[in-house]
Amino acid sequence: MSEGKHDAQRGVAATPVGHVVPFKVLAAVWGTLLAFTALTVAVAGVDLGRFNLEIALAIATLKASFVLLYFMHMRYDRPMNAIVFITALLFFMLFVSLALLDSHAYAPDLIPGYAPALPQ
Amino acid sequence: MTGAHPEHLAHHFDTAEQQFESGKLGMWIFLATEILLFGGLFCAYAVYRSIHPEIFVYAHRFLDKALGAINTAVLICSSFTMAWAVRCAQLGRQRALVRLLVATIALAACFLGIKYIEYQHKWKEGLLWGKYFRAKLEQPAGPPTARPTPAPTPAFNPDERSLIPPAAEGPGGLAKRGPEPLLASSPGPPKDVQVFFAVYFTMTGLHGIHVIAGMIVLALMLVRATKGEFGPTYFTPVDLAGLYWHLVDLIWIFLFPLLYLIR
Repeated sequence: MSEGKHDAQRGVAATPVGHVVPFKVLAAVWGTLLAFTALTVAVAGVDLGRFNLEIALAIATLKASFVLLYFMHMRYDRPMNAIVFITALLFFMLFVSLALLDSHAYAPDLIPGYAPALPQ
Repeated sequence: MTGAHPEHLAHHFDTAEQQFESGKLGMWIFLATEILLFGGLFCAYAVYRSIHPEIFVYAHRFLDKALGAINTAVLICSSFTMAWAVRCAQLGRQRALVRLLVATIALAACFLGIKYIEYQHKWKEGLLWGKYFRAKLEQPAGPPTARPTPAPTPAFNPDERSLIPPAAEGPGGLAKRGPEPLLASSPGPPKDVQVFFAVYFTMTGLHGIHVIAGMIVLALMLVRATKGEFGPTYFTPVDLAGLYWHLVDLIWIFLFPLLYLIR
């Protein structure tokens, strides 16, 4: 039995690997996710200008973090799995950022009058 | 670790833990490629939405927010039953594992059923992608959009611009121009609403394919679980199937606000 897993192994002496997430934690995450879903629907009904998108994405990221950390055991896993996943996310963000920079830089000039002006 | 050779330990691994961690790392690398696969579509979404926000603000009204929210809740519940199933596999609770796998598959089927209702509605209304878009947009589905429609296109002068034709004048596909009445009134629908539905069907369609794949994987796990193959010493397949299923949920968590809750 490796170190750092002693708290997880109560009553499951036969389990040589992995971490058993307590049922209370799973249920709490489930409730939290449903509550955040209701929250994001409610917030979408309020006009907050450009912040609507930011808030919706922030809530979605928070929900995703709960799924990753508890349902997908990332919190209890070896860090290598998280490194792999977060690296993919970073490259995804790089991809989207550069694509947006590019389309904002060129599209309005390429086809004058066709692409609408960028918001100030 | 004891010296005994566990039943499920492959010979090229030293310990069950090494085998378990290797399997998990492999699954996470696969999930990373899934992020990059969907990343291309999220990028297309971001580029289209940043260039033509008025299309997204207008067209998302045709999606059923209530059905989208219900489907989000259904997927979250299925993620919960899946995580619970992994816990039961780890603890050797066979009957609970089988029941929770059945519940997860049932919730996935429920998701697809609701998705089918939504797709069928879009199909009937002609709210489709590219040249298949045949909806009549004279009456907007809700109050007029908050954003002003873009200024009318200036007179066409081929010499002042690149030779790349604007999408609306190009051939076929996404470039198909809607019927002329679309441009009649200024608070009316924007041009090229079909772009939104191309993005909508591609993203939810690829996600739907993943739901079907997840159901197949879960069904295989169910068959093995009924044979009692999983227990405290061997639950990696259930765990990895769970990781895949949670990723499907994760992607929908982002698709729902981005497609249904635009403002």
